[in-house]
Amino acid sequence: MARSVIDVPDLTKEELDQLMDTAEDIIARPDDYADACRRKKLATLFFEPSTRTRLSFEAAMYELGGNVLSVTGANSSSAAKGESVADTAKTVSCYADIIAMRHPKEGAASVAARNASVPVINAGDGGHCHPTQTLADLLTIRREKGRLGNLTVGLCGDLKFGRTVHSLLNAMSRYEGLRFVLISPEELKVPSYVKSDALKKKGIPYTQTENLEEVIGDLDILYMTRVQRERFFNEEDYLRLRDSYILTPEKMKKARDDLSVMHPLPRVNEISVAVDDDPRACYFKQVLNGKYMRMALILMLLGLKGGTQA
Amino acid sequence: MNVDSIRDGIVIDHIAAGCGMKLYRLLGLENLEAPVAMITNVVSGKMGRKDIIKVDAAIDVDLDIIGYVDPGATVNIICDGELKEKKRIEMPEKLVNVLFCKNPRCISSCEQELDQVFCLTDRAKKEYRCAWCETKASNI
Repeated sequence: MARSVIDVPDLTKEELDQLMDTAEDIIARPDDYADACRRKKLATLFFEPSTRTRLSFEAAMYELGGNVLSVTGANSSSAAKGESVADTAKTVSCYADIIAMRHPKEGAASVAARNASVPVINAGDGGHCHPTQTLADLLTIRREKGRLGNLTVGLCGDLKFGRTVHSLLNAMSRYEGLRFVLISPEELKVPSYVKSDALKKKGIPYTQTENLEEVIGDLDILYMTRVQRERFFNEEDYLRLRDSYILTPEKMKKARDDLSVMHPLPRVNEISVAVDDDPRACYFKQVLNGKYMRMALILMLLGLKGGTQA
Repeated sequence: MNVDSIRDGIVIDHIAAGCGMKLYRLLGLENLEAPVAMITNVVSGKMGRKDIIKVDAAIDVDLDIIGYVDPGATVNIICDGELKEKKRIEMPEKLVNVLFCKNPRCISSCEQELDQVFCLTDRAKKEYRCAWCETKASNI
């Protein structure tokens, strides 16, 4: 079984740091990596819709000089005929050197990894894991702040169902000097098992609040997520809280000048478009950083080097 | 109340009162042709009350299932009317095809011949999670 990445804990802290170093090197010297994956093929198996992640993986492979084989949508593959994930993984391993897979079923990437003879990268398995989003988040924080420790990080919105939030909490909890501010309605608080694993067991301080405006001035990072109407038990609560989790230029006035606003995207209305022009908005930089981290991850899993590492 | 002693078989003792039937069902003892005695609410000096299961046949029981239901239980192997072995039970790290994931979005709900695997994630809380989707096992 080849080395695969299904969730962020599959990577050690040292590997995370190494991936970020590689990504930084790619950003500084892209030409040095232009042929790093020559004659290598990435298969992107996307069994549910995706814009950013699939294009990001494909752009990453092309910028490394490799090729891409692509399946988009379950209807255009043998999955429509009832083929199992295990058989799909075995089959695609015959054609490609590495697989990036998104699947609506939770745990599908893990099944693929156990059956593929090439590395599998989980590009999202239902509401379960999306590790390369977390890699993008980590690189963005490191590039914006120059460090991943000694920060006050605010996570805002749907902290109960948001897989990116849980994954980021777990990944960042490996760094020193962090403090988390968890901003969400009562219904959408971080689940207790996530708090227990990522925060309490490691003695990481955190506070919980429903009020973004009260705490925005304390934050180095504000990680926004979408609050969805269907997550609420009743409409009244949704209407009462909805606007308080929309980031507007007025709320940004209360924030520090060096705040970095992040969002895993897609955004619906939780960040006002007017905030996009604020120099503290980093969410589109996150998208770009995601491509560089995917390049670094592909190189690592293929055992290839480029740039100053070659 | 008297239940005849067995000659060749097993006695699962020190089962927490109320867990006996759960064990009986999970071990599939209802499918055995051999005599099985299910004794509940037996007075116990240490436990107050306990359940006991006696099986009058030399069968292999899944110790992982017993460990999951009640890690405090003991398994006594009886040969020729004598106690041959007394096994202490531990909570298993992994359960295969014992529990079933109730998350409809889990890959185990549709993938052909995929084992239902649950891993122990919190020993103190006796918490198991699906190895595929990490959904917490619900009590059975």
